[in-house]
Amino acid sequence: MTVSAFAVEGLGHRFGQRRVLNGVSFAIEPGEFTVLLGLNGAGKTTLFSLATRLYAQGEGMIHVFGMDIRERALECLRLMGVVFQQPTLDLDLTVEQNLFYHCALYGLSRREAAERIAAEVVRVGLEERRRDKVRLLSGGLRRRVEIARALLHRPRLLLLDEPTVGLDISSRQFLLDHVRQLCREEGLAALWATHLIDEAGDGARVIILHKGEVRADGGAAQLLGETRASSLRAAFETLVQERAAA
Amino acid sequence: MRPIHYLRCLIGVSIREWLRFLNQRGRFFSALVRPLVWLAIFATGFQFVLGVSIIPPYDTYIPYSIYIAPGLIAMILMFNGMLSSLSMVYDREMGSMRVLMVSPLPRWFLLTAKLFAGVIVSVLQAYAFLAIALIWEIEPPWYGYIAVLPALILAGLMLGALGLLLSSAIRQLENFASVMNFVIFPMFFASSALYPLWHVKEASLWLYRICQVNPFTHAVELIRFALYGQLEPVSAAVLVASTIVFLALAVYGYDPAKGLMARRAAE
Repeated sequence: MTVSAFAVEGLGHRFGQRRVLNGVSFAIEPGEFTVLLGLNGAGKTTLFSLATRLYAQGEGMIHVFGMDIRERALECLRLMGVVFQQPTLDLDLTVEQNLFYHCALYGLSRREAAERIAAEVVRVGLEERRRDKVRLLSGGLRRRVEIARALLHRPRLLLLDEPTVGLDISSRQFLLDHVRQLCREEGLAALWATHLIDEAGDGARVIILHKGEVRADGGAAQLLGETRASSLRAAFETLVQERAAA
Repeated sequence: MRPIHYLRCLIGVSIREWLRFLNQRGRFFSALVRPLVWLAIFATGFQFVLGVSIIPPYDTYIPYSIYIAPGLIAMILMFNGMLSSLSMVYDREMGSMRVLMVSPLPRWFLLTAKLFAGVIVSVLQAYAFLAIALIWEIEPPWYGYIAVLPALILAGLMLGALGLLLSSAIRQLENFASVMNFVIFPMFFASSALYPLWHVKEASLWLYRICQVNPFTHAVELIRFALYGQLEPVSAAVLVASTIVFLALAVYGYDPAKGLMARRAAE
């Protein structure tokens, strides 16, 4: 039996009286590209904050490659690469300087860091821009830097919280293709949170999160079958409304 | 993670702080101009208002500008400590803090590394100020420049730790104005930075007591004595103790289980 890359079970969270996550359970296997689809406020960012230990976890369990995040937080964090919803690069530093900083946070030596940075900037097509200040880069290119950065310490699980917000179509497609390729070729597990339904296409597994609960979990084709909808968008709307009406 | 990883992290965090500082020339400039304005204008204006008698560590009558120099150095350390810590709050809503917090090293270490990195920048600014202050004939003995280094580091750590603590408690940029009003100004004025404490005691006993327990007073005094190659042990002890307390509270504040981050998100 293989160990899931990322597994949550009965995960719940509340801010004061307001419940933002309720009994969320799912597991992602190595090499799997999974889309976590939900409207704004569905609880996606809260789930990411719990998984990255920015919030303390109360109800339920989070496991990363079989390790409980409460007990072995640092080991779990080491296996994770994270792309946050909000931009987190230093705008006045160059692409390389930002990446070196990240490597230092993971304890990589200068030489290891230089080798990995050289390889990663090529993969995201930024070798020409590596000495430019991030401020000079477009939104799409900045995102590429953040994905390159998240991979520098060779994580086995990639968490991306709305990585394509505010990007044009070609930038979005580049990022999607890049991450899906990493899953396919390197066995990376990725959880890609988004509110954009079209990012869930092409046979990816989709987990629909709505008002803090998992409403559906399966391949796009499966969701269409279950809801008898003609498009993923219609399926999503059905799933989201069904319970609201019930 | 082995010790070498911790060291690499510390170096990386320091380099980043340094690069950021180099990129913000305005920050360097204003950090230097602020105390120089005090020295050039305030100290000149008050030259004859405040009678300064012979008090240790000085062995003769001194002009007022010499008296306030250590206070102005501590002011540099305070502004830097507050700015480098609070920058985490207003730097894109904790964005860079998140990056730091998901690194696989213990949080107390990450926060301490951040603190040390800020202090390196502060100390260099303090020396830059001392160099320019030569124009106003503020010339401590040569060994004072060496002896003051540990005092600058300790005072910088205390003020940086206080900044970290505030950053864990404060939510937004606009609150920096409150920090100015409720932390920086009271700490600066209710201290021995601008006037000797015996002066304060003559005017008001309760203010004197406040000045005595203000850790900023001890930062100023440690620097003042160190500039003349002397150690002020009480001040050193107070600074060590307050650094530990502030840092411990800041680590608590950034602990997701107990601290303020979760509560902040809840609001």
